[in-house]
Amino acid sequence: MKGLLAVDMRSYTIVLALVVLWIALSLLSDGAFFTPRNLSNLFRQGSVVAFIAVGMVLVIAAGQIDLSAGSLAGLAGAIAALMQVRWLPALAASTGWTALASGWPAAILSIAAAVACGVALGAVQGVWVAYGKVPAFIVTLGGSLVFRGWLLGITRGVNIAPMDPKFQLLGQAYLSTGLGTTLGMIAVAAVIAYRIYSRINRQRYGLTVRPVWLEALATVGVCAMIIFFVTQMNSYRGIPVPVILLLALAGLFTFITTRTQFGRHVYAIGGNIEAARLSGINIRQSIFKIFMVVGAMAGVSGAVLSARLNVATANAGSQFELNAIAACVIGGTSLAGGEGSIPMALIGALIMASVDNGMSLLNVESFWQQIIKGLILATAVLIDVNSRKGRD
Amino acid sequence: MPEQKKVLLRISNVSKSFPGTKALDNVSLDVYEGEIHAICGENGAGKSTLMKILSGVYPGGSYEGEFFLQGTKCQFAGVKDSEQFGIRIIYQELTLVPQMTVAENILLGAEPNKYGIINQNQLYSQAEQLLKEYDLNVPCSAKVSSLGIGQQQMVEIAKALSGRARLLILDEPTSALTIDETETLLRIIRELKGRGVTCIYISHKLEEVFEIADRISVLRDGKLIGTAETSQLDHNKVVSMMVGREMESQYPPRQRQVGDVILSVKNWTVVKDGGASRPVVQDVSFDLRRGEVLGIAGLMGSGRTELVQSIFGEYGKRVSGELILNGEPVTINSSQDAIKHGLALLAEDRKQLSLILKHPILTNVTISSLRELLRGGVIDQNRELSAVHDYRDRLAIKAPSVHTVVNELSGGNQQKVAIAKWLMTDPQVLIMDEPTRGIDVGTKYEVYKLMNDLTSRGVSIIMVSSELPEVLGMSDRILVMREGTMAGIVDNDNVSMEEIMLLATGAA
Ligand SMILES: Nc1ncnc2c1ncn2[C@@H]1O[C@H](COP(=O)(O)OP(=O)(O)OP(=O)(O)O)[C@@H](O)[C@H]1O
Ligand SMILES: [Mg+2]
Repeated sequence: MKGLLAVDMRSYTIVLALVVLWIALSLLSDGAFFTPRNLSNLFRQGSVVAFIAVGMVLVIAAGQIDLSAGSLAGLAGAIAALMQVRWLPALAASTGWTALASGWPAAILSIAAAVACGVALGAVQGVWVAYGKVPAFIVTLGGSLVFRGWLLGITRGVNIAPMDPKFQLLGQAYLSTGLGTTLGMIAVAAVIAYRIYSRINRQRYGLTVRPVWLEALATVGVCAMIIFFVTQMNSYRGIPVPVILLLALAGLFTFITTRTQFGRHVYAIGGNIEAARLSGINIRQSIFKIFMVVGAMAGVSGAVLSARLNVATANAGSQFELNAIAACVIGGTSLAGGEGSIPMALIGALIMASVDNGMSLLNVESFWQQIIKGLILATAVLIDVNSRKGRD
Repeated sequence: MPEQKKVLLRISNVSKSFPGTKALDNVSLDVYEGEIHAICGENGAGKSTLMKILSGVYPGGSYEGEFFLQGTKCQFAGVKDSEQFGIRIIYQELTLVPQMTVAENILLGAEPNKYGIINQNQLYSQAEQLLKEYDLNVPCSAKVSSLGIGQQQMVEIAKALSGRARLLILDEPTSALTIDETETLLRIIRELKGRGVTCIYISHKLEEVFEIADRISVLRDGKLIGTAETSQLDHNKVVSMMVGREMESQYPPRQRQVGDVILSVKNWTVVKDGGASRPVVQDVSFDLRRGEVLGIAGLMGSGRTELVQSIFGEYGKRVSGELILNGEPVTINSSQDAIKHGLALLAEDRKQLSLILKHPILTNVTISSLRELLRGGVIDQNRELSAVHDYRDRLAIKAPSVHTVVNELSGGNQQKVAIAKWLMTDPQVLIMDEPTRGIDVGTKYEVYKLMNDLTSRGVSIIMVSSELPEVLGMSDRILVMREGTMAGIVDNDNVSMEEIMLLATGAA
């Protein structure tokens, strides 16, 4: 929400960092990193954390934090698994509604259960934070223990598998290449149209616009990214379904944060809660809603995770919240609140996922992986904080 | 000049630009040793920017030109450097740690210690001594949060003096002080002068400036317009140097058509949240008429802000009382309720309570009226832009664009943004708490004209102000608060400042 160029500069830097990282990993891995197959895996793996990162942008922009999202995702994933493995078959056995026990009905009910679980528990935490006035840090720290414990309790530590084949599609299916190409072309056309539209609009109101070359370059850059993405995915098996779902939800929430009353309120609360209160914003209600949103995203993340791995485990989703927070911060979301962009957080998530994936590919020992990720996070904040123009 | 004065600070050709603004344009200025040098100028003239250069907030290299302290060229990398040189700055916004005691604050960062372990006794005795030396009347072991703004200001001064201050800079130190507190502050500054401390004093209150300054410099649009001995200047001359033209009067003429009662407040009693102690507002009743300005006067802490904030639904707990709006009793429990009923509250402290400093003008202005801009649940960005442009033009908000971050605006323009936010909600009752605090004469006049414009359209205004001339210049009636109660309500014809003060202090 800073000046136009400042935002631009920051996003260019982050995209540039991603490009440099990919080149480095490709060179180090003798090209193994940069194959359609590996990139496809990377996107699929990264998407589970990215769902949470989308919700986390709202949380952090409102000056809050959620440390429970990973545990909640694990719990929701287990609920989805139990739904199709135990509860629905049991229900079918006792009532004779066998249609519910497998196939699409089971898949849909399982996903719904995971999301409902996320929303409900997010709402409970929201009540504690917004109406109980307990700091979000504490509520969600407690929440993360509660959810993880609950998850251990319902799974009894054993893996829950296998998932229904239809449910697995959520994590494992791919769009046909034809559909992928069509969507890619629509996206490119939409980007160009939107850029032109908003430029004309800004000029109409006498606002400063980027120089034409920069505008063109930025547009070409975004389009190139889309085309690159689609062709890479298509030359493996097509765009993964979880990635499409992620992009759709990210688009939806980007719209909500920038173009609706709720979104503006989120940023206002994080920017200056006292001013927001006196400006007629219902602080409690907004914070409550934010925790429902992040809960819902944790639910989606959990369902996708169970579907992709074809199993629900007791430690599923552990540290997802930390990766999601890192993604937001790398994407320029300020922990002080009031700022944050969902598209940038997705790039942040991609950076984190690339580091994960690349290091596994290079057989970096897992202790090093942790150390390196920690350093990346701290360094990202260091750069971000110091590149913000200091103002009294 | 008859006698040769020694120059303490020489500023030579200093310029500084921000994107879109030239904040300082080739400013050269001498400050003599031992003098009180006032700097005047409209909002955004560049006063604070110049002081931030002197104090190292803007480090060497971020501006052009140079300055010398006793002949030594200064190139500060940060505030620490300037403190080493003996330059101390006191801002309008206090920089104390509220949870710590007075003594701890005064010696913050310079605690007497041995191997890092603080000597508590020495800390307190050192602070005590300092306070006594400058005759500052504050209890050493009190928590800063328990002090009034005026006393906090004194702690701030003591803190500044705890080092070896050669040059003390005060940037709008009195804008939040009562008359008494201001008097004390001016006395202290004069005493400091007697001890050889040189002072740069920035204020929008010209009375103070004339009372205390030896010389006055005026900045306009980043340029130094001139420097002269105070004795050679008068109020009008300084104002015309500031605004670049003659100003006929401080207040626009008042021609109001006051209508029927629109809002009645009855037996209003409020206690602090959680505190079951004495009510902060007790049994206040008044009527507000359509198109009138009701001034609320009173000393700092007399419950004026609490009164208006509680009417707006955002302060403490109401014990008793009734609000009648347009003849109907209404309940207002939150700012949402208040806005729905056509009330608006321009809060006292624009940085803390009115604005989201890191957000642009655009979203700050529309945050309270987004509902009006929705089309199918979505904010219509074109309508939003054009609405904000209208307000920018109407209130003459000086900014490169509506996307400029509010933090980068000068005080007066920030206040205009806050006013625009409330005008956009189209209120029938506009409550303004200290509407002209920290804004310059020219802008004040604009705000007053705007108030008249609003009342002529039937808006009613409640104006809380600590500046009696303003209350007398703008109000139709004046409600005086004293210690949470209503000391009186008088028609504003032929009342004198003394009569109001008498009501406010209760001294007979
Ligand atoms: N960090 C910044 N970024 C951009 N513009 C700035 C910044 N700081 C100040 N300005 C601009 O520089 C000009 C001078 O501002 P400055 O704060 O020095 O004014 P001032 O004389 O102290 O005004 P006031 O009386 O309102 O405090 C203003 O136009 C302001 O908008
Ligand atoms: Mg200033």
